[in-house]
Amino acid sequence: MEFKLETFLFFFLAVSSIISAIMMITRKSPISSALFLILNFFTVSGLYLLLKAQFIAVIQVLVYMGAIMVLFLFVIMLLNLQDKSKFKEKYSYKKITSLLLSILLFCILSFTLYFGFTGKFKAMSDAAGDLGKAETLGAELFTAFSFPFELASFLLLAAIVGAVVLAKKKFN
Amino acid sequence: MNTEALILFFIVGLAMVGGGIIISTILAPKSKNPVKEETYECGIPTQGASWLQYKIGYYLFAIIFLIFDVEIIFMVPWAVVMKDYGFTAFVEIIIFLMIVALGLIYAYKKKVLRWD
Repeated sequence: MEFKLETFLFFFLAVSSIISAIMMITRKSPISSALFLILNFFTVSGLYLLLKAQFIAVIQVLVYMGAIMVLFLFVIMLLNLQDKSKFKEKYSYKKITSLLLSILLFCILSFTLYFGFTGKFKAMSDAAGDLGKAETLGAELFTAFSFPFELASFLLLAAIVGAVVLAKKKFN
Repeated sequence: MNTEALILFFIVGLAMVGGGIIISTILAPKSKNPVKEETYECGIPTQGASWLQYKIGYYLFAIIFLIFDVEIIFMVPWAVVMKDYGFTAFVEIIIFLMIVALGLIYAYKKKVLRWD
């Protein structure tokens, strides 16, 4: 098999995104969890880049790694997490059930992926490569999807109003 | 803009940051002692834990920033295709901006942007 930079980058990013995700859920300190989540977002944005979705990759860095992680860190700092003993979980039927269910989900997913898709994957077509570009997105957003686009502004408005109402309640 | 350039940009960006850290750990002289490892607080001995509870005002500012961040992100594809779609796209983005601006006016009227 010839060496391709793209294949190498894909496996590198995929492995590091899995490792960073595992590191994120196993850290004790919530701050280091948040930092590993940033690393995870970065690797995912690299994967978007390999799919030629430049615009989405840049958004992933700007919005998720920048803005949303700031929010996460603020929430962590807002909560008083000094008392570590509250976070120690004991083994319970809940935990065992969730473990069993996630093993089942893993089995189903890997079964479907292995038997359903083996040999069916093809190289990405040129049209698919254009999907994540700002030009394509803008062309679709302002013609066919203009109504959902306007609705998105209502969603943002609702987010502002919700945050203000909740925070005001806390002040008074 | 092609994807390869952006991938190269990411890699070079990582290499600049990572390379700086790695080279400085290799080259810099090290002297370790317990006093040096202490948290620095204006030279006097530190007091209490560093984990403070922040004011909720920070969170509000952060969430309002996030919303306008997303708004600007929506404006990027508009700016790219603006010349092709002309007036229709212009009206659409104006409606979008006005609806989001209502949120800013609401936050302003509720005096959450005031720092006290």
